[in-house]
Amino acid sequence: MTPLGQTVIEKIFSAHSKDEVKPGNIIWLDLDVRSARDFAGANVVGNLKKHYGDQEKFEDKEKTVFTFDCVVPANNLGYAENQQIIRFFAREEGIRLFDSEWGIGSHVLIEEGYSVPGSTVVGTDSHLNIMGSVGSFGQGMGDQDIAFGMKAGKTWFEVPPTMKVIIEGEIKAPCSAKDLTLAIIKKLTLKGALGRAIEFEGKAIDKLSFAGRITLASMVTEMGGIVGFIPPNQEIIDYFKTRARSKFTPYYADEDAKYVEEVVIDINDLKPLIAVPFKPDDVVEVESLEKDNIHVDSAFLGSCTNGRYEDMKIAVDMLKGKQVAEHTVMKIVPATRTVLGDMIKNGDLQTLFDARALVSNPGCAGCASGQIGMTGKGEVQVSTGNRNFKGKQGAGLTYLCSPATVTAAALIGKIVSPENL
Amino acid sequence: MKKSVILKGRALVIRNKKSEPIDDIDTDMIFHNKYLHITDINEMGQYAFDNLDEWKDFAKKAKKGDILVLGANFGSGSSRQQAVDCFSALGVQALIAKSYGAIYKRNAINAGMPILEADVIDEIKFIENEDEIEVNLETGLIKNLTKNKEYKAKGMSNVQIDIYHSGNLFEYAKNLK
Repeated sequence: MTPLGQTVIEKIFSAHSKDEVKPGNIIWLDLDVRSARDFAGANVVGNLKKHYGDQEKFEDKEKTVFTFDCVVPANNLGYAENQQIIRFFAREEGIRLFDSEWGIGSHVLIEEGYSVPGSTVVGTDSHLNIMGSVGSFGQGMGDQDIAFGMKAGKTWFEVPPTMKVIIEGEIKAPCSAKDLTLAIIKKLTLKGALGRAIEFEGKAIDKLSFAGRITLASMVTEMGGIVGFIPPNQEIIDYFKTRARSKFTPYYADEDAKYVEEVVIDINDLKPLIAVPFKPDDVVEVESLEKDNIHVDSAFLGSCTNGRYEDMKIAVDMLKGKQVAEHTVMKIVPATRTVLGDMIKNGDLQTLFDARALVSNPGCAGCASGQIGMTGKGEVQVSTGNRNFKGKQGAGLTYLCSPATVTAAALIGKIVSPENL
Repeated sequence: MKKSVILKGRALVIRNKKSEPIDDIDTDMIFHNKYLHITDINEMGQYAFDNLDEWKDFAKKAKKGDILVLGANFGSGSSRQQAVDCFSALGVQALIAKSYGAIYKRNAINAGMPILEADVIDEIKFIENEDEIEVNLETGLIKNLTKNKEYKAKGMSNVQIDIYHSGNLFEYAKNLK
């Protein structure tokens, strides 16, 4: 029997544990999906071989997945060798591998129906809490913990307290989910949700599209949070009806659930926002930078935060019949094959080609040292990614903003608000 | 065979010269990054706390079976496993702190190192260096046998006890059905 007054994470955990689920308790948690990517995946393989070389290494092979997304295809020997270690192992053990053509692993797990509402998912991706977008618990972990999870089918976890973030007002164009997300990070800072789960609430949250939910949930890591949940609406539930690999149950918080804190954020006056180097919570209005006349060398659209078709479409519509500025390169990377497929079907690639944008194969790209390269010293990059820490994408300066702001920068060659185009 | 959940040993109370608890001891103070190339656990003990003022001679002071009494946010910082293993190498039996850094806690539990959390540890004046203490990992009861006093910490969870009995996380999984 489920005790009364539970938050979303407490409900998901109760459905996946025999232990008493309350904040601060350490529980054994059954895992529906155990995954590893090309980053740290080879170490996961090493741990499994070292500790369980002579016995069955997997509690359930059907629930175990490898994905390649950090550097696809591998452009240096280190990644090439690590990917090959995983290929050999996956083939030998009969484990599903989504190789270099598939795109960002966390998105593939959703598209392929592994991560479903109410499920528990772990992997070596620190943004795996993106699963909160579909009401699923996702968590990035180190290679030892993931190897253990694959072997045991469970992991241990300390039940975090939950805080509520209530959004008042609605998002108005040209603002999008990314501007809302940056507004929340500005308010919470990098530590605001440290060690906590978040539940997002409000009309603007309910109205978020699938892509918008992904944007918001993916940046809970940058709020310091464990995971951030957005209650699944009918669109999300319908999305999984045809693709779920298992039966699923969406969980919603009880009305008398206990929250450690409630934060209210009013977005009625929301303007396009941008995080300046080198901290994701150093957020200002894009317009406030216009007077600085900042030349943009590269404009990156993609990542697990803004790599869905809806994000691509914003750029396509803005670029139609126009050209990227002469001294600027626009790099566009769809999150997955599915997104790329939709772009091909809808003729978007022709539009982007005509606008002189560079379009690459799916993957993490601009947040790793992947297929679209890195930034050089002094290079200014506007990015729809989620981190702009020093050195993360090379020696340059990375600004984080929305697809519309990135595209505006690509068109003008400077940081400008999409409101003023 | 199951290990005992009641541990008896000498307390080493990690405080500063004024006998105040030292909070936020990070992993560089516990096991400095200049030793990160060391992977043999037997080599690690000699460097434990050698970057923590007032405790640079810790490795010489520590005895097998010691129980460390620590401050708040112990082991903040990087994810290095050596910051836990250096204590195991010296035969330290258990750690008692007000709280731990999140990654340190995960590493310690995975390594089967018994760690307890005691909310008001900085007020525990009743444990002094080299007192003989007894700790019940399940109930969290701490007895000071030298001073004949008791204190209640939070007992370890079932998860921690399971891993502790197995030795470490990987050993634990070998015995699952």
